[in-house]
Amino acid sequence: MTPATNEIKVNARINGEPVEFFCEPRQTLLEVLRDRLGLTGVKEGCGNGNCGACNVIMDGVLVNSCLVLAVEAEGRTITTVEGLAANGGLHPLQQSFLEHAALQCGVCTPGFLLAAKALLDRNPHPTEREVRYWLAGNLCRCTGYDKIVRAVLDAAAKMAMR
Amino acid sequence: MSEHQTTQEMVSTAYKVIGTRPARPDGVDKVTGRALFGADIQLPGLLHGKVLRSPHAHARIRRIDVSRAARLPGVKAIITAADLPDVENKIQEVGEGAIGLKYLSANLLARDKVLYHGHPVAAVAATSIHIAEEALALIEVEYEVLPPVLDVRAAMAADAPILLDDLRTDELGRKGTKPTNVAEHIRFQMGDPAAGFAAADVIVEREFTTSTVHQGYIEPQTATALWNRDDTITIWTSTQGAHSARDQVAEVLQWPATRIKVVPMEVGGGFGGKGNIYLEPLAALLSRKAGHKPVKLVMTRAEVLMATGPTSGSFIRVKMGATKDGRLTAAEVWMAYEAGAFPGSPVGAGMNVILAPYRIENVLIDGYDVVVNKPRTSAYRAPGGTNAAYAAEVVIDELCEKLGMDPLEFRLRNGVREGDRRASGPTYPRIGYLETVRAIQQSEHYRTPLEGPNRGRGIASGYWGNWGGRSSVAASVNADGQVNLVVGSVDLSGTRTTLAMQLAETLGIPVEHVKPVVADTDAVGYNDVTGGSRTTFGTGVAVCEVGRKLKEEMIGRVAELWEVDPVEVTYADGVFAAGERRMTFQEAAGRLNEDRPVMVSATTHAQEVGPGFATHCVDVEVDPETGKVTILRYTAAQDVGRAVHPDLVEGQIQGGVTQGIGWALNEEYFYDQEGRLLNATLLDYRMPVAPDLPMIDTILVEVPNPGHPYGVRGVGEVPIVPPAGALANAIYHAVGVRLTHLPMSPARILEALWAKA
Repeated sequence: MTPATNEIKVNARINGEPVEFFCEPRQTLLEVLRDRLGLTGVKEGCGNGNCGACNVIMDGVLVNSCLVLAVEAEGRTITTVEGLAANGGLHPLQQSFLEHAALQCGVCTPGFLLAAKALLDRNPHPTEREVRYWLAGNLCRCTGYDKIVRAVLDAAAKMAMR
Repeated sequence: MSEHQTTQEMVSTAYKVIGTRPARPDGVDKVTGRALFGADIQLPGLLHGKVLRSPHAHARIRRIDVSRAARLPGVKAIITAADLPDVENKIQEVGEGAIGLKYLSANLLARDKVLYHGHPVAAVAATSIHIAEEALALIEVEYEVLPPVLDVRAAMAADAPILLDDLRTDELGRKGTKPTNVAEHIRFQMGDPAAGFAAADVIVEREFTTSTVHQGYIEPQTATALWNRDDTITIWTSTQGAHSARDQVAEVLQWPATRIKVVPMEVGGGFGGKGNIYLEPLAALLSRKAGHKPVKLVMTRAEVLMATGPTSGSFIRVKMGATKDGRLTAAEVWMAYEAGAFPGSPVGAGMNVILAPYRIENVLIDGYDVVVNKPRTSAYRAPGGTNAAYAAEVVIDELCEKLGMDPLEFRLRNGVREGDRRASGPTYPRIGYLETVRAIQQSEHYRTPLEGPNRGRGIASGYWGNWGGRSSVAASVNADGQVNLVVGSVDLSGTRTTLAMQLAETLGIPVEHVKPVVADTDAVGYNDVTGGSRTTFGTGVAVCEVGRKLKEEMIGRVAELWEVDPVEVTYADGVFAAGERRMTFQEAAGRLNEDRPVMVSATTHAQEVGPGFATHCVDVEVDPETGKVTILRYTAAQDVGRAVHPDLVEGQIQGGVTQGIGWALNEEYFYDQEGRLLNATLLDYRMPVAPDLPMIDTILVEVPNPGHPYGVRGVGEVPIVPPAGALANAIYHAVGVRLTHLPMSPARILEALWAKA
């Protein structure tokens, strides 16, 4: 697409790679990640910060990418679900979600994985209650959260053993 | 943290694959972000569309002027109802419900009237979503605002505003003559209710109301369409039924179904709400009008809540009588369900559910399907069942209280079993209702006394009839022994896995050797929607059949190879044998493919559906200061027939229970006086989040369904049926108030507590 005249150049580091993109000031980070950069693992469930499906980690902080303007990504480091597993294979959280059947339709899963990663980065040994409260910003309509909570607790235990 | 207790009755040890917990074939794609859901489709030259929606709940459209919008640079097409063909009012089956075609069309784009806040009026395609949004603001619509009617009983009143000028009541099979909002009156009758009540020592009668609620799938509706220059249409969409979506589009566009291909994308939750079409025909018409460019439409969350889904608000009156030794003698039910703007509420299904767990000889059930100025309702997991069971289970609990009987003992005394006749006519085949009651009775949860102030325990049961439906499947054997399984049943939550497992079991090969794929409408025969808890059962029957045929085919071909009579060839545990000769499945696959490929197909319309029953037990604590209900412990026992993949069955139960909890305690649509939806966000439409819940314990009771080779019953819908009743009963036992409205929100509980004090 030809950049419109009001488009702004943004430089960011996304999933470990330097990325340069153009965007309109009104575009959200979510829209640019999905529609311009092809990172469609980032999902839109509500567009106003209530469901967590679009969660990404920006400079170590869990954010709803629907509430971040793409121009705010300038100079930032961003991790999406596509960049969760560093080198081949699966991240222990991804593995744990599969082993615990912690997904049904799978559309909320990328957001939950990023939220869980942000939790374990800051609190490697959470209690069930801490997991539940940390994940309060992520909606899942399929699982009743039971298997998601178990998957996060089990991944934490396995990561601690490494 | 509570543990899972899986009590599997009648477990057969003969199965190698059924009952195991293999990884799902779509799993890695779904945890890495690779899985392609509807909105993830990208096509060269893709245009983006938006839908203009009515700000009024009820109004006549006087004029629509799109000329200013059409002049906005970047706008490529605008459509209104004038672009939709006129259609006759024939009834279209859409899987879990039926709707008049004329109404289906009018729901896509309003013709002369808008009937709910959010009713589509026009749609735009442009080079960007932002330009499309700007164009909407330039479309001028002149409305003559009419008074709305939002409550089911108000809509039934003689002087109510009329929504549909041509609607006449179908009164027990006879058409009425006067304009009305009552689309249908249905009745189930059995025995002599008056005599039954005369024989009762205790009678309880109560009235219940329930609010409109939404399925709440996380992925908004979306559709992308290309109307090609050869007049074929391709639609990529998030749907529960590709063939059903194709046929609905064909009907409303009056276009041959076989010139339409529907490609089902991964579905981000449906729960019944994605069996209907909303955006597909609009995207197709926009594509044609924009010069045969692909057009993508994606709803915002507000649009999802305003204009898709919801299931009926309702009014239900239940009267039941029992003798002092605890035998039910009679029941009378009067229930009216909101259909939304067009006829088709699940009141009939609710009538089937409401007394289903109980043997009652004398029954009268009247049901009414009523239009109101809300979005057209759609199936929602056990459609109509949750609110119906809530009403009956509260009355049952009150009867138990008056009789001084334990609620589980009462259910064992009155519970249905094989051969009992339902008020709707049929008799039950082998069912496992009583087994679920006993499972709760024997559970560690029930045997542990609940102590402490403001705490209470509630019991409730539930039923869903389940469904078989039509399915087509095909299987081909690769030279390396791996089997491709092509199905047309959309996978909402893991059915690729459960179907592959059934084929692996039938063929005696490892499940990892079966590669299931969900095909588009051009690549596989007809399949009904994934709904009604039918896929693992109904499509499963087709898969077992294709496995049987594949074995037969391969036995014949191995016999050819060995130059023996086919009857001399046996096949067991993955090995063909005749006399001293042996050949593994894998070896046979290689040898046979050298000659000619191996492929078979099967179609079914599975009839021997196994109804599902569940009994739930919940402990709550009610905060008397705030009215907040905390769920301390939850156990759901369910007859699952045979748990093909126990993790997935548990997941179905835990998810269904959680939706039921949301319906019971939090979720509801708020409308203002003018009929505008006030809470069209996921902050204000409050679905359960992780900290609202404990672990949900499940007890998988296995009473095999004789109508399926491995005993499978549908499992997805039953679990949403009992929670509201169980919670209402628990709240009563905690704080002594019977809540007769859903949701039992903190405000309503406080009001009840104040009224009691």
